Amino acid sequence: MNAQVAEAVAPEKKEFWRWQENTWVDESKDWRDAKIVTCGIDVGSVSSQAVIVCDGELYGYNSMRTGNNSPDSAKNALQGVMDKCGMKLEDITYVVGTGYGRVNVPFAHKAITEIACHARGANYMGGNKVRTILDMGGQDCKAIHCDEKGKVTNFLMNDKCAAGTGRGMEVISDLMQIPIGELGPRSFDVREEPEAVSSVCVVFAKSEALALLKAGYTKNMVIAAYCQAMAERVVSLLERIGVEEGFFITGGIAKNPGVVKRIERLLGIQAIDTQIDSQIAGALGAALFGYTLMQKQGAAKAA
Amino acid sequence: MIANYGYKDGSGDYYISIDTDRCIDCAAGRACLTACPKEMFEIITDDYDDEVACIKQANRRSLAYDCADCKPSGGYASLPCTTACTPGALKHSW
Amino acid sequence: MITAGIDMGSRSVKVVLLEQINVDSAPQLQYAVKKAHLMMPGELDADQAAERAFSEALAAAGVARDDVKSVFATGAGRKQVAFATEGVTEMTAGAKGAVYMYPNARTVVDVGAEEGRGIKTDAEGKAVDFAGNEKCAAGAGSFAEAMSRALQLTLAEFGEASLKSDRTIPMNAQCTVFAESEVVSLIHSSTPKEDIAKAVLDAVASRVCAMVRRVGIEGEVVLIGGMAHNPGFVKSLKGAMGVDAVSLPDLPEFVSALGCALIAAERQH
Repeated sequence: MNAQVAEAVAPEKKEFWRWQENTWVDESKDWRDAKIVTCGIDVGSVSSQAVIVCDGELYGYNSMRTGNNSPDSAKNALQGVMDKCGMKLEDITYVVGTGYGRVNVPFAHKAITEIACHARGANYMGGNKVRTILDMGGQDCKAIHCDEKGKVTNFLMNDKCAAGTGRGMEVISDLMQIPIGELGPRSFDVREEPEAVSSVCVVFAKSEALALLKAGYTKNMVIAAYCQAMAERVVSLLERIGVEEGFFITGGIAKNPGVVKRIERLLGIQAIDTQIDSQIAGALGAALFGYTLMQKQGAAKAA
Repeated sequence: MIANYGYKDGSGDYYISIDTDRCIDCAAGRACLTACPKEMFEIITDDYDDEVACIKQANRRSLAYDCADCKPSGGYASLPCTTACTPGALKHSW
Repeated sequence: MITAGIDMGSRSVKVVLLEQINVDSAPQLQYAVKKAHLMMPGELDADQAAERAFSEALAAAGVARDDVKSVFATGAGRKQVAFATEGVTEMTAGAKGAVYMYPNARTVVDVGAEEGRGIKTDAEGKAVDFAGNEKCAAGAGSFAEAMSRALQLTLAEFGEASLKSDRTIPMNAQCTVFAESEVVSLIHSSTPKEDIAKAVLDAVASRVCAMVRRVGIEGEVVLIGGMAHNPGFVKSLKGAMGVDAVSLPDLPEFVSALGCALIAAERQH
């Protein structure tokens, strides 16, 4: 019975919400030249990343969908980047785990919360002028305020409600039958900007979206209304911690201009641009924490 | 650091914020631990190695319900937790 | 004299036509329900749905529109009922209807498709206090409905299934969207569907109960709204509230419309 139910629950269909997995290493460098190689692994509810940092500089990363359990997801994420550059686990000096599965990263020396890691990662990616960080992950949303060193001064995390998370975006992508990567561009392909979907709750927003379609909205208009609602929600979270210039967005949603541009419009602030994949901020921060710790230990040994 | 625990959902904002700078050297003898009838507070070592109070993980997603007994809709003059926290580190958003 | 109460819920429209028969008798004997009519709006807009439901009710009762002295509306969509004389809140209507049916009722629990709330009422059926969790699907029937869909059961089967379980599995997810994934993983780990159903209904009941506690539980407790049809939910609610008995009207989804029609009648005097 249960097997039948499970099959029915996960029927074979096109998965519009699927996003790209990817691996990258800095070909201009050789990790063998580095004195200290540290690694950060971020096991999130939806995606997992492993980042390699050589002497405090980003060297490589791998980002993939989280599997059935945290230890395997951590291993697979790390294996992906190690394979790309011929590295072995024993070549890494220190491993820091973060993300919701951080305590289940098998080879981690330490676990640090994703709040602290995202702030640290954003400080590297966007520079020390970063003060306000928004992270929209698969199943949560974080608003962080930090100082010039990337130390957290105010934060909140919302992982209770799907509104304003990647999951909320996946729901609309599935409902509209449009690949998640196309939602952003499509949301701007409208004659005029519609009003935001009024329901915060994803369940109610879904019914509202269907009603809008019935009322003659095009799919693109519904997507625009939904992106605007998501932006409004996220901005209300940011306002609780106070928004300052030096605004940086991390997590999967940073790749959706439909939400990002609307957030910028509401705040009247441009987000700092980066060439680095926004999804690795947590793992990168974790690896950088590891590097600082190693430096301190080295200094302690030398003294 | 201001640590906000809780959430915002369709029905409203439910955050308990803890000002860790006021919490580190607690002058109230960690009175929050016993003041909360649901024992929602615990002491942790945070990411910057400070010993501070926080809301237990199990309660962070259900504050609207967990705190309901201390917040009758008719109004409650003072909350046990914020009253116990004499350094003033604790705040409710609703 | 005939009055009408229209409850524009999020899923369905409820109409009650009420006739005043004996002005001098006790309140309970003064009125008779001529017709209780429920309609699913389907593709219709809210204003069209109200009009259609009202016409259907009138036709079924054999009452001419001109004979209806006054129409009051309640529910989330009450403002869309163009022909209503006045709108009253769900709290006002629910308390009035519940106390009319159960004179000793002082605590009214109203759980519909999209809203759950606790109402404290006085002996006259006037709402004196209320607490609700609106605009979040987790505290109402739609949470149970979404989970029953994941289990491929109707809401009725879902309630029956939960009665067969005496295990308590906590649900971590508070959000309907996240809870769906949690239920799917419970299915994958071969958790019996009876246990999952109970876990889901327990979760809704505990949320509703927390809201009811905010107004205080006293006197007779009456459960109104569509979820009162679900015996599994009723059992979970009793457990969460720590009460032995909860009064269940025969037509729980019509209580607010009834309250509405009663208020319309009283205002005629």
